[in-house]
Order: sequence, then structure tokens, then C-alpha cells
Amino acid sequence: MSIRSPQTRSQSRPVAARSGRWNRLVGSIVEAALSPHPVDRYLELLDPMLTWRDLRGEIVRVEHPTARTVRLTIRPTRQWRGHRAGQFVQLSVVIDGVRHTRCFSPANAGSGPDGTIELTVTANEDGLVSKHLARHARPGDVVGLSQADGEFVLPETDPASAVFISGGSGITPVLSMLRTLVSQSFAGPITFVHYAPTRHDVAYRAELAELEQAHPQLDLRLHFTREADDGHFTVDHLDGVPALADADVFVCGPAPLMDAVAAAHADLGISRPLHREAFTLTAPVVADPDSADGEVRFSRSGATAANDGRPLLDQAESAGLTPESGCRMGICFSCTAVKKSGCTRNVLTGETDVESDKQIQLCINAPVGSVEIDI
Amino acid sequence: MTLELTRETVGDTRPAGAPTTADHSADDPNTVVLSYEQVEALGRDLDELRARVVADLGQKDRDYLYSVIRAQRGFEIGGRALMYLGFFPPAWIAAVGALSVSKILDNMEIGHNVMHGQYDWMREDSYNSREFEWDTVCPADQWKHSHNYLHHTFTNILGEDRDIGYGILRMARDQKWNPYYLGNLGYATALMLLFEWGVMLHDLEAENVIAGKRKWSDVKGLLKGMWRKAGRQVLKDYVVFPALTGPLFIPTLLGNATANLVRNVWTYSIIFCGHFPTGAQTFTSEECANETRGQWYLRQMLGSANITGSPLFHIMSGNLSHQIEHHLFPDIPACRYPEMAEEVREICERHGLPYNTGPLSRQLGSTWKKIAKLSLPNFMTRDDDDLTVIVEREPASAA
Repeated sequence: MSIRSPQTRSQSRPVAARSGRWNRLVGSIVEAALSPHPVDRYLELLDPMLTWRDLRGEIVRVEHPTARTVRLTIRPTRQWRGHRAGQFVQLSVVIDGVRHTRCFSPANAGSGPDGTIELTVTANEDGLVSKHLARHARPGDVVGLSQADGEFVLPETDPASAVFISGGSGITPVLSMLRTLVSQSFAGPITFVHYAPTRHDVAYRAELAELEQAHPQLDLRLHFTREADDGHFTVDHLDGVPALADADVFVCGPAPLMDAVAAAHADLGISRPLHREAFTLTAPVVADPDSADGEVRFSRSGATAANDGRPLLDQAESAGLTPESGCRMGICFSCTAVKKSGCTRNVLTGETDVESDKQIQLCINAPVGSVEIDI
Repeated sequence: MTLELTRETVGDTRPAGAPTTADHSADDPNTVVLSYEQVEALGRDLDELRARVVADLGQKDRDYLYSVIRAQRGFEIGGRALMYLGFFPPAWIAAVGALSVSKILDNMEIGHNVMHGQYDWMREDSYNSREFEWDTVCPADQWKHSHNYLHHTFTNILGEDRDIGYGILRMARDQKWNPYYLGNLGYATALMLLFEWGVMLHDLEAENVIAGKRKWSDVKGLLKGMWRKAGRQVLKDYVVFPALTGPLFIPTLLGNATANLVRNVWTYSIIFCGHFPTGAQTFTSEECANETRGQWYLRQMLGSANITGSPLFHIMSGNLSHQIEHHLFPDIPACRYPEMAEEVREICERHGLPYNTGPLSRQLGSTWKKIAKLSLPNFMTRDDDDLTVIVEREPASAA
């Protein structure tokens, strides 16, 4: 048995080839007629799920497996190419007029273009999007989607022994892998270690118990970090894992869990590399807005500079870059670029901003600590 | 009226930050004197208004934009569909009307405003200043350079703001006269009829290319962009849609051309009322060197003029009828200008400043009169200006 990528783009090719030429002709006439606007900007006014190029998804089912989680079943538009177990998608929703985009890992087994997407989202105190979804998601809502992406996937060849370690909402990509292995009748040993604050916080407890009953080779180990006689990861939690020395270990969860597992993985001298997927639980801490420390990274050009506190446009130019710019006072938007990560301060208003992957005006935003800009 | 911004400090006996209202000079009621501190106070008032509106942006602004887009797409599809009845004259006229409205909404209330970054905060694909393209031959990126950057930063500064006369007209008395400008009215009329093409060529700075100040290699990329964008627009309006109506090829082609013409005349008229009616001021580079935020605001106010009208008129003008508010806050959604206008006007009155506004007929009449007068040398015409604004450029303590 082997674990294959579920991406089956090639399967639709014979059909496409037959009608391809005719479709392309009609397509180019439609695009020429509606130019300069994309066809989807017309179709979305009729039905947001009727798309020409854009990938979107309709929420078809909303469940609340625990008090703090919401499980969404999403039917994607025809552009969806499927996902491999462990990958993530970017989901976007509009909250008070602003489109917010976040990454979530589907929890369902890897599937092809015809599948649905199952996302389990934990409402986080600081999480604008997760709280919004937990409270307001309704069947029929349409969300923005990206194609699945990410390297946190099952290896091409069957593992000798599969060990999944997850904390909190980090369960979703490894559950997807577990479900994939089970659906493909993987016969090797599987150890599934999961950490949650209490037994009431495990979104998939019933299903995990059922899977354990049905599959004798699955060893389920739930740990409740806020309950007595239990706690966070220690190497003892891997005692008795079959063929541990050659196991493929997959870990996804908060940074302390990831670090502890990485250390244990090295101590145990496990031969296979550790598979890990980080996720951020909270927004980065806002540093003192007047401090000028850290490093400014201009990721596209590869240049870096020590942050000197001036607006990013000035710092980029001092680093030898020539980004497009104009007014240098925040009105013309010529210098807008994507901030990949970090905290910036608007020098006109003093407001700080910690959101990642956001367009900002370089001329009126200064870095607060380390910042990465896509120029 | 001559609104003069002067670099010199006026009245060195004036203590810093003293009076809060402007002085109307005792010997000349048409002269307004503003201290450095008064201009800075004006800037703070406008910054406060700006912060208040920005903090309130949200779903209702998004809904507004989408409602305009919905209406525009409705007129567009309606207009294109009615062309199939183009053999029936009333239907053809209705088709041209619908398509004209579509193009006007697309270019002004949607395109101009989205491309200003007014809706960038929505973080929506397509409807942001990086991606949006409009239904006109000028490529968005070139327009953003000449308009968002050059025109909005150097507004009404002679020699820097190429929107003063667009390189072909004489629009200010301070522009040196020569016999070429005897044709001012003719050039303006041609520009009005062919406005989208004029806008397209604007960023080329053709007069600078001819004068040898700009190399051909600098403009090659621009020309390529124009060729691509204009090609698509021409293909759509003059080939694809006429062909799609089969035997009605010619009526459809003429209908599309008429809609483009209607849009040209309308947008030209609104835009020319923005900075050229009597009372809107021009400035020199020296006056504007190292200006403060308050001084920048003041220049935007004195250089712009509004047009009064109904809510529908404001939408059809892309709210450029609120040119003053647009120039003060070019990146705030234009649908907020009507509410902001009341406060801006109040701020102007409080600081003793003029607020140039009037109905379309008056502002447009005044603009055409100016074009006609400026075709002649200055000594042959009277200067209509009647108000002088004198500004202390430096703090009194530093004077």
C-alpha cells in the first residue's frame, strides 16, 4: 500500500481536451467583452459560488463539537484541486467591511477535487476570525479559499511507525493524516498523542475513540494539561511506541510543545527527520512603539538592515533598494507593499499594526522591532 | 482675486499663536492674513476630522461601494443588451444613455476612487489601488502616477502640477502667454471631446519629449502599456460588441462611440470645475518648499473648488463635486465627502478662509470664461481675482 497525493488534476484532462478549444474561444470572447474587469466581478453579483477563475467555498454544515470550537463543512467551487493530508488552506471572511484571511488545515482525509473541506476552528480570545466563525458562521455563507498548500504531509513511502503529536487546534492536520492512513488500510502502528486543556476541549474525542476501537494498531493517548496527575509533553508520553527509533513523527501545536518534541526527537536519536507545522496562537506582542531595534528584512530582494526607526521607504532606500514611490506623505499609494510579518507604526497617526500579509504604505509606516517586507 | 501664499513673514510684531481667527487687513477687506500658528491650527482641525472618519470606516462603506458597482454593472449589461434593438431609435438612445451612465460610474465613483486607495482598507481583491483597471483607454498604473502622485502632491503648483493646462492649455495668468494660446478655446474643446485619449497620453509628457527633456527610451514602456490597454478597449467597444450584434454592427459601433463621447464631455466638465473656476489658486514651487502639513492642507483648499447639486449629481460626478474634501483627504472613501463637507466648510469659516463652491452652470461658465480670457495676453484682460490670502511661512518666534 502506498500513500499517494490526492491531487488528481490530471484526471479532468481528457474531458477538458475534448471541449477545450471551444471553451477557450468562448472564454476569450467573454473576457474580451468584459475587459478590463475580471469575469468573476460580474458573476459574483449574481451568485458568489458561480465563479470563472476564483476559488470560493460555501459553508454547508456548521457544528459546535465543544464550547470553543466550530466545525465547518465547506463545498468548494469547481476550481478546487483537492488537498493532501496535513496541508492548509487560506480562508477569508469579511468582518465589518474588511476581508481577513487566515490559514486553517482541513481535518478530513486528503481528497481530490470533488471532496468537501472540513475545518475545525477554535475560538481564540485574540482571534478575530476564529471568534467570528465560531459565532457567526451559518450554512449558506460563502468564504474565500485558496488552493491547499504546505509541506507538512505524509511521506511518499509508508512510515514504519506513525507518531502524531498535537496540541489544541493543531489536531486538524494530524487528524487528516490519521484519517488518510486509516482509509488507505495502513497496517503499521499508529500512535496519536493529543494535548488539550480538559477532556471537554477535544473536538474529535468521540471519533478518536471509535477509530481506536475499530483499528487495533491505533494507540490513542489523550493528555489534559489542566487536569490533576497529567500535564504537558514529556518524553515518557512516548513510552512503548513500536519501532520508535525509525518512526515518522508529526507534530503540530503551540511553540512550547513543538520545542519540547523537537528536543525529545533529537535525544531519542530517531532516524527519520521530524515533521513539524507551526501555528501561531496569538498575535505578536506589540513592542514599545518608540523603540528602534530588530531587523528589517526585504524578502524579495534578500536585503536586510538594522531597524533605525525611520519609515520603511527611507530604510529600503538606504539599503540600496529603489521601490516605487511618490508623494512620501501617505496620499498617493505608489509605495504600497505587502508586510509579511512584524509590527509597524503609522508615523502620522501613531497607530501600531501587527497583522501579517497586509498591504501597507512604506512612506508613512516605520517598523517597531523586526519586520519583513515583500520588496 | 489673487490668493497669494507668501514666504515672507507678515507683521513681525504678531506674537506666535495669538489670534484664532484670520485678520482681514483694515485697509483691504479682500486680504486675509493667516499666522503660522493659525495654519497649523487649521491642520490640526482637519487631522482630527480625518481621524474620526477613518475610525468609523466599515461595512456601510463597503456596502455603498458594492451598491454602486451593482448599479454600474446593471447599466452596462442593460446598455449592451439594448443595442440588440438598435434598429429602433428610442432603444438605441436608451442603450447609449445606459452605457454612458455605466462608463461614468465606472470611471468616477468607482474607478477614480478605488484607484486612489480609498477602499484599500477593505483588503478586497480587484477593488484596491494596486489591481483595479477602469473602463477607459488610460492604463491604471500610468494614471495613478500622473494623478495620485504628481497632481495630488503638487496640486496647483505651476510647473509641477501638469494638470494645470495638461501641457496644452493656458489655465493661469502666471503661465507665460505666447501666440499658440490664441487657440486655447479650440484646444480645450478638442480635449473635452477626446478626453479619455488626452488622459491616456498625459503621463507621456509629450511636450517634454518634443522639447527633448524626456528621452524616447523613457517613454517606450508607457507607450507599450497604452497600446495594450487602448487595444483592449477598442477591441471591446468597436469590434467585439458590434460583431456580437451581427447585422447591427454599425449602430452598435456608433452607440458605443457616442457613450464614450458622452462620458468624455461629462468627466472633462466635472474635472475642469475642480481647479479652474475663478477663485481657485495656483502657487509657485518657492511658496511650497518645505511646507508643513497645515500649509499643505491650506494649498489643497485654496486650489480646489466644489460644485453644488443633488445627491445623484454627486454620485455621477464621483463626488469630485466635493473637490475640496477630495484634495484634503484623497484616500478617504468619497461617499464620506458630503458629511465631511459640512465640517470643512465650518472650519473654513472659523479660520476666515474662502470655500469655493457653486452650481455646475456657474463653475463651468467661469471655467470656460477663464479659458477664453487666458487665450489673450494678460494686458488685454482684467484679473478677476478679488481676495488675497497672506500666510506666515515660518513660526513668528523664528522670524
